[in-house]
Amino acid sequence: MSQQTVDIATAGLSLTSTRLRRAISPVGDRAFLATVTGAAWLVLLVVAGLFIVLLLASLPAIKTVPLSSIISTAWDPTNGKYGVLSFVFGTLVTSAIALAIAGPIGVACALYLAELASRRLAGPLGMLVELLAAVPSVVYGLWGLFVLAPIMRTMVEPFLNKTLGFLPLFQGPFYGVGMLAAGVLLSIMVLPTVAAISRDVFLAVPNEQREAMLALGATKWEVLAKAVIPYARSGVIGALVLALGRALGEAMAVVMVIGNKPAIAASLFAPGYSMASVLANEFTEATGSQYVAMLIEIGLLLFVVSLVVNVIARTLVWGVASGSRSRTR
Amino acid sequence: MRTRPLVLSAVAVAAVALAGLFGTAIVRADSQLVGAGSSFDYPFFSRAFYQYSQVHTDVSVDYQSIGSGAGIQQFTAKTVDFGASDVPMNAKELAAANASNGDVVQVPVALGGVVIAYNVPGAPANLRLTPDVLVGIFEGKISNWNDKAIAALNPGANLPNLPVVTVHRADGSGTTYIFTDYLSHVSSDWNTSVGTSKTVSWPAAAASLGAKGNEGVAGQVRNNPGALGYVELAYALENGMTYAAIQNKSGRFVSPTLDTVRAAAAQKPNVSPTDFSIVDQNGASSYPICGYSWVMLWKAQSDAGRGHALVDLFNWVVSSGQSYAKNVHYVPLPSNVQNGARQALATIH
Repeated sequence: MSQQTVDIATAGLSLTSTRLRRAISPVGDRAFLATVTGAAWLVLLVVAGLFIVLLLASLPAIKTVPLSSIISTAWDPTNGKYGVLSFVFGTLVTSAIALAIAGPIGVACALYLAELASRRLAGPLGMLVELLAAVPSVVYGLWGLFVLAPIMRTMVEPFLNKTLGFLPLFQGPFYGVGMLAAGVLLSIMVLPTVAAISRDVFLAVPNEQREAMLALGATKWEVLAKAVIPYARSGVIGALVLALGRALGEAMAVVMVIGNKPAIAASLFAPGYSMASVLANEFTEATGSQYVAMLIEIGLLLFVVSLVVNVIARTLVWGVASGSRSRTR
Repeated sequence: MRTRPLVLSAVAVAAVALAGLFGTAIVRADSQLVGAGSSFDYPFFSRAFYQYSQVHTDVSVDYQSIGSGAGIQQFTAKTVDFGASDVPMNAKELAAANASNGDVVQVPVALGGVVIAYNVPGAPANLRLTPDVLVGIFEGKISNWNDKAIAALNPGANLPNLPVVTVHRADGSGTTYIFTDYLSHVSSDWNTSVGTSKTVSWPAAAASLGAKGNEGVAGQVRNNPGALGYVELAYALENGMTYAAIQNKSGRFVSPTLDTVRAAAAQKPNVSPTDFSIVDQNGASSYPICGYSWVMLWKAQSDAGRGHALVDLFNWVVSSGQSYAKNVHYVPLPSNVQNGARQALATIH
């Protein structure tokens, strides 16, 4: 759900407050009101409908597959084994890597765009960063397969193995594709989300805060570190959580670089599997109602996780944005 | 706001919408046939159906390459006129189809082989592999290219000290079915522990990668020194990949070519939807890893016109249409199989 959709929903719902209704003139305005409210409720109904359909379609699996079978790494649908642990592990690890890389870089980028860049530079640069979000995921996947994977295999992974090879995270053979490659690709994909939202959050910090710090004799760095960032903290966390939400659900790009092996390994170089990837790979050929229902259950799990992450993010971002809405720009 | 531009644009939109609705009805071919299923058949079908439409201008065929399993599902749900699958419907799928719309007729329409492609810098082309070595590689028992077992088969070959990484299909695929069918035939151990299916649980002991589609497997094999994977014959020939010569049942090491696949198919003239495996055949020049691809049609066609069009189409596909198979690196069906297919098609009414 994008920011726009939620804004439309809020606009529709708030416009129907009684105080406003009394002030509206008839017919034209009422029709407009009805349409906008209808659109808002339609969006919510679609999301609710999606959840219900997913739930109903995965009931055959929920009822027949025992929990002990689900909580294991053995994924062998033709023999009735449906262990999803390796998918959950893969999804979480690749998203964690993505956030670990894109988080600091995105926030630093946002700081630069909001505070330090000259106004002439900030506009075009900000637009370029947001353009990264416009690239389709499958294009990212192809780029990852043909460009990133060889770079990982020939340069990055041997380097990490040489310098940090004492950690089990960076041991083992390098294939180029694997958890690390998927994490790096995801970090590039979520970077614009982090940067754009964090930039808006930093711009929303009231100028009085900065001026007060400067009046006390603070340096530029101290203004940022002690006035801007703490004030915008919950908003930045919201941005990070939103990016996490996107990383969790990414399918097409990840499926091309993750190695597609349903196993849990200690090394980041090893191939893995994620929830969205297994859906992308196996859904079209799945036969048998239990198999299909199980895949839908994985989809339901992913949907619920993404929804929860988004709700947390929205609450946090609204917290900082609404507090300073009257004083921005 | 002026109302006239608004009215005019509304009229224009309505006109375009109506034209679209009725226009398609007018220019649509008399028979528009829809099919879906195996991606293995897609290159052959797209060439063959196009040629057919050129000659029979009243028929147009639309084929969606969504995978064998999905093809069977769409066929049973009656959203498409015919389904295509590398594996004929099993008992459960047949029962579902019978419950849906009665008997199903399945005919073989394409014949292909599965090659073992590898990427070992310095090693010769057409490396010799036996079934036991192949099983050992995919089970993880043979994990390095300089293993004694491989060296014994290829005396004098330069086999470096390089770990083997196997590449398999991550998506459900008929190619996987044919390959695992072969491994199950040659190794009872594989048969019990892994089995035959479009999606299998590959032995964890082997270092392996999953890739999506033939292109994915080929890409991984190309990018990883030490990689070994299975791809469709048509794809390997088109991309100039290095592949292995496999020892067949008669003991000879055979390279996958259109002729050796055809020789294997000729060993088993009477294929049927219940007895369709042609892997590991006898015969000195038979390539051991081959398979047919099947099309399923309803025996009782509700629309006589459509039914006739379908039967004519597939009579053509299994007969004259096979001449287009060679151009896209498929093996034309042997004549006895063509006869059997035509006989099966004749039962459709």
